[in-house]
Amino acid sequence: MPPVINEEKCIGCTKCAQICCMDVFGPAEPKQTPQVRYPEECWHCRACVMDCPVGAIDLRYPLPYMLQTTNVSKAN
Amino acid sequence: MVIAVNKEVKECDVLVVGGGIAGLMAAIAAADQGAKVILCDKSDSRRSGSGATGNDHFNCYIEEAQGGTLEECRKELDKSMVGGWADPKLQTIFLERSFEVVQDWNKWGINMRPHGEWEFNGHAFPDRMRIFLKYDGCNQKAVLTEQARKRGVVIENKTPITEFLVDEKTGKVVGAMGICIAKLEPEIKVYKAKAIISATGNTSRLYPSITGGMMFNTAHCPSNAGGGRIAAYKIGAELVNLEIPNTHAGPKYMERCGKATWIGVLSDRNGKPVGPFVTKPNKELGDVTADVWHSVFKDKYKDGTGPVFMNCTETAPEDMEYMLWGLKCEGDTSILDAMEKQNVDLKEDIVEFTQYEPIMIGRGIQIDEKGATNVPGLYAAGDEVGNFRADIGGAAIYGRISGENAAIYALETAAYEQDLLAHSVVQKQTAFYSEIMERKQGPSWKELNMAVQQIMNDYAGINYPRSESMLQAGLDNLNALEENAKGQLCCKDSHELMRAVEAYDLLEVGKLVCITAMERKESRAMHRRSDYTFTNPLLDDMFLTVKNVDGKPEMSWRKKY
Repeated sequence: MPPVINEEKCIGCTKCAQICCMDVFGPAEPKQTPQVRYPEECWHCRACVMDCPVGAIDLRYPLPYMLQTTNVSKAN
Repeated sequence: MVIAVNKEVKECDVLVVGGGIAGLMAAIAAADQGAKVILCDKSDSRRSGSGATGNDHFNCYIEEAQGGTLEECRKELDKSMVGGWADPKLQTIFLERSFEVVQDWNKWGINMRPHGEWEFNGHAFPDRMRIFLKYDGCNQKAVLTEQARKRGVVIENKTPITEFLVDEKTGKVVGAMGICIAKLEPEIKVYKAKAIISATGNTSRLYPSITGGMMFNTAHCPSNAGGGRIAAYKIGAELVNLEIPNTHAGPKYMERCGKATWIGVLSDRNGKPVGPFVTKPNKELGDVTADVWHSVFKDKYKDGTGPVFMNCTETAPEDMEYMLWGLKCEGDTSILDAMEKQNVDLKEDIVEFTQYEPIMIGRGIQIDEKGATNVPGLYAAGDEVGNFRADIGGAAIYGRISGENAAIYALETAAYEQDLLAHSVVQKQTAFYSEIMERKQGPSWKELNMAVQQIMNDYAGINYPRSESMLQAGLDNLNALEENAKGQLCCKDSHELMRAVEAYDLLEVGKLVCITAMERKESRAMHRRSDYTFTNPLLDDMFLTVKNVDGKPEMSWRKKY
């Protein structure tokens, strides 16, 4: 779930682990890619994606969060 | 594991608990008064709380832009999504001081007039004064953190405060204790402070989320779990308006704030508007229907004309662009990202909206005009205040007011001479946390939290009517749950210990909701009783408070002022 870190891009700055309002990463080791220790606690606020200096993080939204939409042009 | 206690007791004049908008504004104001300030946040003040990634509507009064009088603005506020359960006197003071804060934020680098003029729109009724300033708050937390640091505020991140401490002889605030979660192994930290400003936000996770089993799908920050309310209650602070449920609405099934950021019409599946306020998308008004008709979604499910959608298919291209920009300002980039990943095209796809579970925004600690509680040295601000609410603007302005007054109080108060490490609450809670950490097997905090949620939903929620019988059963069940969990709960690290304390706090909030909801023997707003289906005129403008007297909840009624 939640933050998916591209380890090839990650520079180990640990900014994501510092700023996460849910502490989903838990403690991070300096200069290492943070672990996502508590993935189901992600709020999906996307702060880690926005604050990552190298664009190494993407968010995956859980299936139950899927928006329920209706296409008006098809429906009519 | 016997939990480690950091022997260094840090000292300050004012301890701010929670680094959200209210907490940061309080810290800045207290430091400006010359107080030594420490701010503790359970995560990191740069991105913590419900304003973590932004906001776009700031409730305030700017005469030159809105026209009309301050009193007209206050009346509109009272009729709005955030009104109804506040003392008018606090609303007036809030509005009087709102423009100065708007100007300061703008000066500090939060864009309060992104299009040059003071622009008021959204959450608005046709032909009435508009009271929400449209702004770009996406950098607000970083800017306020910087302003606090510049003034010498010491920010202790990853440090949830769990208890407030009072001098047992005088009843005055003398400090607080918390748990450092920066390492996997928890460490108790104790702070000596002459005043505390409690600003821990909402109570997310008290009721089940709209997605079953996913507790963290909440519109407001799920880290906010009522900690300040319960710490304050334990030391004798009065809480108020707990029995009146409050709900938010927005996209189904992805809980987010920002319903007024959408420029569209709430409509049925065929595009027919469900509310009386707008028939075409309107940038100035938004569609205020769900702000005031909380049951619209359920009513439409029940009468067979649901579901209800946010319909932006007729939104003009420039308004669509404005809306997408607004969602970014509001911090809703995850909605934008999810829509892109799900190939949602708002020009032809309508997005279902729904009512979310109850939260206790604007229900909680009772304050006076200065942001002070009835406990000497304890102040509160932001979403956890029970007799005033104006969301982001309210947090900012009453944050400042409480910060100023807490500093004045602290600077006139003598330092506490006793050793706080020996304080009975520190001793007792350290032993309790140690027990939880030492246990090798048992239920996790999640089980406790989920158990609280299902009881709250079934016995003291909004899906079934409340009654003496149901509320008493709910209270009994919560008490039994507490007893059952006491000797069993187990945590593997500091993070889980923080969540366990939150789950216990939520359980305590739940009990107080049951108790106060039993006392309000009428139906009013979303407090619906099957045994008292009428609204009692004798309770018009009456607020119910509860405080802890010798371990027992004591309730009293008072008039709004």
